[in-house]
Amino acid sequence: MAQPQLESTEAELIRRVCGGEPQAFEELLRPYERLVYATAISILRNPADAEEVAQEAVLKAFSKLSSFRGESRFSTWLVQITYNEAKMKLRKERQHLYESIDRAQQDQEGEYWPRDFADWRPIPSELLETEELREALQNGINSLSPMYREIVILRDVQSLSLKDTAAVLGIPEGSVKTRLHRARLQLRDFLAPGVDGSWSSGQNYRKVRAW
Amino acid sequence: MSTIEISCVEVWREISNYLDGEISVELRDRMRTHFEVCEHCTAVLDGTRNVVQLVGDGRIFRTPDGFSERLYKKIRERLSP
Repeated sequence: MAQPQLESTEAELIRRVCGGEPQAFEELLRPYERLVYATAISILRNPADAEEVAQEAVLKAFSKLSSFRGESRFSTWLVQITYNEAKMKLRKERQHLYESIDRAQQDQEGEYWPRDFADWRPIPSELLETEELREALQNGINSLSPMYREIVILRDVQSLSLKDTAAVLGIPEGSVKTRLHRARLQLRDFLAPGVDGSWSSGQNYRKVRAW
Repeated sequence: MSTIEISCVEVWREISNYLDGEISVELRDRMRTHFEVCEHCTAVLDGTRNVVQLVGDGRIFRTPDGFSERLYKKIRERLSP
């Protein structure tokens, strides 16, 4: 097995894979395993299906790598492939149901007002190690309808830029903003009841996302 | 310096964009002034920011046990037909 170069950049790794050194693909992929899985599960919501799609998407990325032109980041390109694969699987399996849901949601982009004004103090970071909070967050995300769930996963879980999110979903940036807004407020409303006393004590939640 | 007042409804509409820095400086200043005096809007802002930070933490979507091993096994199978 080739000794990985510590300073290998993505562009170099891609050149190596395309230049006949397929083993470099593992090194290229490693930082993005979770990204691929999270994207798949956000759409499929089933761990077994998500893993299967993640594998298919990664193999597809490998075979199509020579067509990657570097116009977007590699991670965005990979998310795009995973997103398309997951959508395709969903359509195949639940075609009628999914399409009717899709249509029904089109008029849901209107206003969303907060439902309660509980003072929600920052949640301490160490509570994320508890199964309870992780489950609550997952349930909260799963409770969102698909169009809002996708937005939260791409923007807030994966930290894709506004522009990249719009590109992956094929919608205008303005729609990303509107949906993200609604999704975040819904999540807050979903999680707020559990916050009252049960996980709001303690010091500030310190991790701040680099915008 | 005087700032034009802004209603709670207008503030809620822009909270997500406020967190992302996707608003004009002028609107941001008006919202800041509003948050200083409005507890309800501050609660919504804090809660929403909290949600964004928690969701973005990365620990909520752990891959299943053995995920990496199975993934790289698949890739290696593909590499060596």
